[in-house]
Amino acid sequence: MAAIYSLFIINKSGGLIFYKDYGSAGRMDTNDSLRVASLWHSMHAISQQLSPTFGCSGIELLEADTFDLHCFQSLTGTKFFVVCEPGTQHMESLLKVIYELYTDYVLKNPFYEMEMPIRCELFDCNLSQAIQKDRVALLGR
Amino acid sequence: MIGVGKIKQYTNVLEKPISKGKQEVSLSAFAFLFSELVQYNQTHVDNISELERRLEDAGYAVGARVLELLCHREKGNRRETRLLGILSFVHSTVWKVLFGKVADSLEKGTEHEDEYMISEKELLVNRFISIPKDMGTFNCGAFVAGIVRGVLDGAGFPAVVTAHFVPMEGQQRPRTTILIKFAEEVLQREARLG
Repeated sequence: MAAIYSLFIINKSGGLIFYKDYGSAGRMDTNDSLRVASLWHSMHAISQQLSPTFGCSGIELLEADTFDLHCFQSLTGTKFFVVCEPGTQHMESLLKVIYELYTDYVLKNPFYEMEMPIRCELFDCNLSQAIQKDRVALLGR
Repeated sequence: MIGVGKIKQYTNVLEKPISKGKQEVSLSAFAFLFSELVQYNQTHVDNISELERRLEDAGYAVGARVLELLCHREKGNRRETRLLGILSFVHSTVWKVLFGKVADSLEKGTEHEDEYMISEKELLVNRFISIPKDMGTFNCGAFVAGIVRGVLDGAGFPAVVTAHFVPMEGQQRPRTTILIKFAEEVLQREARLG
C-alpha cells in the first residue's frame, strides 16, 4: 500500500527535471509527465494572481476525491510536488526533506547543469531511503 | 609579560606567531567551492585525464603548504626521515587536520614493494558528487591524491599518487583508495637506513 503515488520536481521555467512514481496506478509515460508538470506550473502561477489574499505564494495543497497534491516552492522558484493518497499525513515535512536532499546531492554536484534533468545517483539513493523511512513510519502508525 | 587588554605590536610581520586559525569550516561552503573548482577546470580541458591532472596539481599546491604548516604546528619542527613515519603522518595527522578524522586504513601493497594504499570508505570531497556514467573511472579524489603527493614530495619522498574507486561486495558505493607508488631512490635510501 503506497501512500505516495508520484513525485515531481520542476525548474523555475516549468520544465520537468525529475519524475518518480511509486504506485502502479497513475503511471505516466515521459510525454504525459512533461505535460502534467507544465500544466501544474501554469496553474500554480495563475493561482497566485487569482488569490483574494495579499502575498499569496501559490497552491500548497490540492485535495481531490482520489488523491491529494502537496506542493512546495523554494525561494528560487523550483517546485517540488507529490501526489499521494487522500489524507496522507506529514507530506510537507517530506517535501522539506526532499528539498534538503536536492540542495545536497544535486546542487553540490559539479556535473549537474542547472535547470537540466536530474541524473545524480546519490540523489536517487538517498531519496529512496527517505521515502522508505517515511513509508515505514506511516505503516507503523 | 603582555599586559591584559594590551595587544602586542610586532614590528616585523615574520615575528608574529602563526595563529591556530579557525579549526572548522562549513562543509557546504567547501562543497560548493570544490564543485566550482571542478566545473572551472572542466571548461578548460578536452579529456578526462587532463581534468584529473589539473585537480591533482591543485591538490599538490595544498599539500606542499599543509606539510610546512603541520610540521610547525603539530610536530614541533621535527622532520620525518623514515618511510613508515611519513606515511603515518599523512594517514593520521594530515587527514585529521584536513578531514576531521584519521583515514580508514593504511596498507602495504602485496604485489609491489614500492606501493602503499590509504583507503577511505568515502572521501570527504566526494560526499555530494555523483560521477555521470559517461565519465568512466574519473574520480574527484584526484584532488586528495595531489595533496598527498605534495606532502610526500615536500618531505623528500617523491612518489606517484593516484585515486581509485574499488568496488566492494555487498556495498552499493565503492570505497576509494589512494595508491602511493614511491620512486626508486626512496626505497634505496630506506634500505640503506636499515
